[in-house]
Amino acid sequence: MPEENRQDLTVIGQPLVKVDAAAKVTGQTVFADDLVLPRMAFARLLRSPHPHARIRSIDVSRAAAHPGVLATLVGAELPIPFGILPVSQDEHALCLDKVRFVGDPVAAVAALDEETAEAALALIKVDYEVLPSVMSIDEALAREDVRIHDYGPHGNVHKEVSFDFGKVDDGFAEADHVREDTFFFEGNTHLPLEQHAAVAAQGPDGKLTLWSATQTPHYVHRALAKVLEMPAAHIRVIACPNGGGFGGKSDPFSHEIVVAKLSMKTGRPVKVTLTREEVFYCHRGRHPVKMWIRTGLKKDGRITAMHFRTALDGGAYGSYGVASLYYTGALQTVTYAIPRYKFEGVRVFTNKPPCGPKRGHGTPQPRFALECHIDKFCADLGLDPARWRLDHTVAPGTITANQMQVRTIGLRECLQRVLEKSGYEGKRGRMGSGRGIGLAGSSYISGAGLPIYWNAMPHSGVQIKIDRGGGVTVFCGSTDIGQGSDSVLAYVVAEELGIAPKDIRVVTADTDLTPVDLGSYSSRVTLMTGNAAIEAARKLRALVLGAAARKLEVPAERLKAADGRIWDTADPSRALRFAEAVVLAEAAHGTLGAVGSYSPPRSVAKWKGAGVGPTPTYSYSAAAVEVSVDRETGIVRVDKVWIAHDVGRSINPLLVIGQVEGSVYMGLGEALMEEQVFRKGLHKIPSLLEYKSPTTLEMPPVESILVETLDPQGPYGAKECGQGPLLPVIPALANAVYDAVGVRIDEVPITPEKVLAALDDRYRRPQMPAVAYPETVPVAPLATAAPAAAPAADPALRP
Amino acid sequence: MHKIRIQLKVNGEDRECLAPVHHTLLEVLREELGLMGTKHGCELGECGTCTVLVDGHPILSCLALPVECGDREITTVEGMAGATLHPLQEAFAALGAAQCGYCTPGFLLTAAALLRDKPAATRQEIAEATAGNLCRCTGYLKIFEAIEMAADRMRTETGTERTETGGERSRA
Repeated sequence: MPEENRQDLTVIGQPLVKVDAAAKVTGQTVFADDLVLPRMAFARLLRSPHPHARIRSIDVSRAAAHPGVLATLVGAELPIPFGILPVSQDEHALCLDKVRFVGDPVAAVAALDEETAEAALALIKVDYEVLPSVMSIDEALAREDVRIHDYGPHGNVHKEVSFDFGKVDDGFAEADHVREDTFFFEGNTHLPLEQHAAVAAQGPDGKLTLWSATQTPHYVHRALAKVLEMPAAHIRVIACPNGGGFGGKSDPFSHEIVVAKLSMKTGRPVKVTLTREEVFYCHRGRHPVKMWIRTGLKKDGRITAMHFRTALDGGAYGSYGVASLYYTGALQTVTYAIPRYKFEGVRVFTNKPPCGPKRGHGTPQPRFALECHIDKFCADLGLDPARWRLDHTVAPGTITANQMQVRTIGLRECLQRVLEKSGYEGKRGRMGSGRGIGLAGSSYISGAGLPIYWNAMPHSGVQIKIDRGGGVTVFCGSTDIGQGSDSVLAYVVAEELGIAPKDIRVVTADTDLTPVDLGSYSSRVTLMTGNAAIEAARKLRALVLGAAARKLEVPAERLKAADGRIWDTADPSRALRFAEAVVLAEAAHGTLGAVGSYSPPRSVAKWKGAGVGPTPTYSYSAAAVEVSVDRETGIVRVDKVWIAHDVGRSINPLLVIGQVEGSVYMGLGEALMEEQVFRKGLHKIPSLLEYKSPTTLEMPPVESILVETLDPQGPYGAKECGQGPLLPVIPALANAVYDAVGVRIDEVPITPEKVLAALDDRYRRPQMPAVAYPETVPVAPLATAAPAAAPAADPALRP
Repeated sequence: MHKIRIQLKVNGEDRECLAPVHHTLLEVLREELGLMGTKHGCELGECGTCTVLVDGHPILSCLALPVECGDREITTVEGMAGATLHPLQEAFAALGAAQCGYCTPGFLLTAAALLRDKPAATRQEIAEATAGNLCRCTGYLKIFEAIEMAADRMRTETGTERTETGGERSRA
């Protein structure tokens, strides 16, 4: 029986309590700011008050002389640049000669306590020459005279791309109907409840340890080694459990490097905890994106071609931006059949906090545009938008126009289930004035197919050690940010070894102790660490069951292991405890330990830029959202959400539903209220009160439906569930607002002001800026049946 | 920095420490008394994360000064569990109502105060009582369910049951 179809599982699929649940409900989980070390000092960062300025000079002498101050730090002491992507190493721990957004760090102080450090910041004198700033996509494109960085193709363009997959013009020529729409998705932020914090300590041996609220300890490790010019082998990074991440703790941050350096300068442990306002300025959240979409269709609804343009406001630094840009064009093709596809995109720098990955990374914006656009062209053609979606989902095994490999696809079933549960067909257009229902589908990756820096090593490693007492310890570099990755490791190893998850100790996210896992981003952890854990556990299972078989004098294949016991399925009275079998196995084989590794399958895509989009397998979601819209106030109330998610297989349905509900919540916040807005370079609302997010009172009932497609790539068939379910919520809500009051709000958030303006015919539709996209790179399609169809002959296709 | 002597009753214990007079209850609990279970998300009274109980009422410890507390009884998350977990803690664990766990102590204490006053709180009453606590992970739904589960269990233990209106009545 294929692995993913296994029916004999005893741990996988059960609604078990998380391994760290007791610590969390008793307040005993140690987050980074909860760490206290002897002689610990406290750091604060001085941040720029200007959105764009040249630093003429920095004088820290008065701060250094302030009583209680232990050390000061300026950029010249850490001159080596860093950045999460190798192609945009454009950040400095502290700015050298220029600041690029309000909040850019310029100097730091370590003192005996936080208040002294804060007081000392006021004594630092920075002489700025204020420069003109650019605060929007349009300004950044128009003002070639104001240049934020001195790299990038021109002006404030960070990266620009243009690809034509399969001659889109030929597709438009075949079309009976062509529709164009423009959309805007405002930026928003992660808003984890835990403010970023880090503690660094250099030991007497000269080796450095950093504890941090980071989702990516491995990348922080690399950045520290680079900037501090220390051997990576002398640096240990420990990611504390994150008090929420959502992508906001995925970059190496200046404060992490600063406390490391200050700990070296002071000879003491140094802690930094950012204020909530600083967290808003650190950002790395959702890019504001302007989008233009043009689709050619046959009368019956078949798409003949799609042309998609995006323009991203990247903020002041590269961050993950090149990947974010590609993501705004990558996944349009993996849901509904699009035979010819053209993508043009540009990411610009602006004098705002840097944007990066937030839950769904670069795909919620185009998904919003696409799913609203689908409803619009269905209306043009007199087609039912639900029927259209059901009829045009891509087939399993498809290689899309942009060479993305679809494997299992549960999209149609997801759509069917939400249609059935929500009663969409009976409700759409029939709910009466002010009430409406909307639908959308979507897809997301189960882990990025390629690592952030080019290397041929595994993406995930797991090591398992078994003690003579039968104790099992699992070591893995993955970081639990609340999604339950520590629990997934325990469940997988427990399943394979036939013991209970509670009998397993999980040690994670420590670069000294644990094999590398690339980090908690791109929804990669369950699939990749799960597969690595299976590999490691099966090596040990063979040794332990082999020893048990010899003792019981039965063939190993006849043994079953579960609940800490191993028995002969033909004669259950012949049995051993797991711990007894471990002793026999160690006697026979020596110390019991094993490792497992996971690397994603090679991508079929052959064009330069195809590093973004491939994944071991795509997850799929569909949502129906029912709303009531008050025509007097413009307030949109969400009455109910139905969501179905193709999770491949639920490793733990309780945790999967938790991820689905959390994704729905975050999608509703983005759809209705969350936005980063700026005035004169300043964030207008950098507080948890004024940056509106849904409270308990705004959260509607949610009916979650799990669809299991048992994907051969996933551990026991599992796909991701932490990000994908956010995607359909936003367009489904926009489509519901249209159904309710007959107005199209082609931008999010859909605020009461916009609804009222639209009802009064005053709503100004989003406009696409004039972008000079680069010369288009033609990419010939790969034939699904014969992927060897000679595309490599074309030099434009080479990676 | 000038420090004053602070005496507090926390989780049934008399505690004493020295701290600057302007330090908040949040800071004193965490930094002077080592009670790290109380978390912070803003230190401005906006997120509810630092909620503790004073004489059974939820307050934001980031906006309270220790001198205001006098000899009133302060309860933090460390004071909820005895030899076994509080029913709310058990329910939060069982239903996955704590994902990252950072907002959890604040929700638990807010819910404990609610259920003391309204042992059969309705979903709407639960939502209203916890509206000042932000959670970014769960979408609140598992939290609602966990509070309801704990309420049911606590009423079973005390012999009362939920009525249609959310009031309670003793079991005959």
